[in-house]
Amino acid sequence: MTTAVETIRDEPLTIGGHTFTSRLMVGTGKYPDMDTMVRAIEASGAEVVTVAVRRVNLDRSKESSVLHFLDPKKIFLLANTAGCYTAADAIRYARLAREAGFNDFVKLEVIGDEETLLPDVAGLLEAAKVLVQEGFKVLAYTNEDLVTALRLEDAGCAAVMPLASPIGSGLGLLNPFSVRTIKRRLHVPVIVDAGVGTASDACVTMEQGVDGILMNTAIAAAQDPVAMAQAMRMATIAGRTAFLAGRMPKREVAMPSSPTKGMLD
Amino acid sequence: MDVVINGEHKKIKGGTLLELLAELELDPRAVVVEHNRKIVRRVGLADVTVAEGDAIELVHFVGGG
Repeated sequence: MTTAVETIRDEPLTIGGHTFTSRLMVGTGKYPDMDTMVRAIEASGAEVVTVAVRRVNLDRSKESSVLHFLDPKKIFLLANTAGCYTAADAIRYARLAREAGFNDFVKLEVIGDEETLLPDVAGLLEAAKVLVQEGFKVLAYTNEDLVTALRLEDAGCAAVMPLASPIGSGLGLLNPFSVRTIKRRLHVPVIVDAGVGTASDACVTMEQGVDGILMNTAIAAAQDPVAMAQAMRMATIAGRTAFLAGRMPKREVAMPSSPTKGMLD
Repeated sequence: MDVVINGEHKKIKGGTLLELLAELELDPRAVVVEHNRKIVRRVGLADVTVAEGDAIELVHFVGGG
C-alpha cells in the first residue's frame, strides 16, 4: 500500500548521522504500569524513546530498570538529563548515560526554574559546548528563542528542541511563529519537545514544518495511553503530510467553491 | 567497612567494585558505577578496590521524558 507520505516523497529524519523511521519520539515516564508503557510505545510507532538516569534502588533492586521492558535492539534509547539544574550536573548525567553503552546521543536539559521547568539557556549552552567536545550528539531542549537556537547550532548540537509549552503542561503549541522561525533559520533538525496535550496539538506542531516532535505526558497521562499513542502517531503523520502538501492561503472573505455561473433564473 | 552508596551510609564487606555489586546483588551489565565522582567502566570494575569512606553512585535508566 502506498501511503500519502510516500506519495509526496518525504525525506527520512536524520540526526547526528543516524536515520530514524518515525518523526514521533516518546518518553517512558509517568505510565500507570510498564505493560501500558510498552503497548503505548508500540502504538505510537516511535523509534526514539527517552529515558532518565537515576540511582538504583538498593532496597528493591529486583524491580529495577526500564530496560527490562524495552528492547534496545528495536528502539533507540535517548537518555535525558532531566532534573539537572546546572551545566555541571547535566554533564555528569550525560557521561553516566553514555557509559551505559547504547549510543552517544543525549537529550540535554538544564532547567532554570522549578515552577515552569523552563530551560537555563546559559547553562544549556555551556553544557552543550563541553558535551559536543566530548563527542556527544547533543539534542538540546530549549525555549522557543531563535538566538538561543542559533547559538546551540553554532555550538555543534545535532538537533535543537524548542518547547511547545512547559513540560507536562499540555497547553499545546503556544508560539507557532517562533518555532517556524527557528525551523526556517536552522540547518540541524528541529524537534519540538514538551507541552503537547492532545492529537491536534501534535498535528498543528508538525504543520509548522518542524522535523519531529517529542512527547511523554500527553500519552502517559491520557485515560487510555495506548489509544492516545495511536492518535499521536496519526496526528504526527497528518501534520507532516499537510505541511508537505502546502496549505491554501488564508483569506478574510469567503470564496464560493461551486460555480457562480449556471444558476437558475 | 563504612562507605556511602547512593547517598546512604552502608556497611559492606569490602573488596573490589565488582565484588561490591555482587554483594548488593546487582548485575554489572545493568548499572553504571561512579566511584568518588569518577566513572568506572565495566571492564575496570574488578581493578578498583573500595576504601573506607568512599562515595559510590550506582545508576541505571528509569522511565523519563
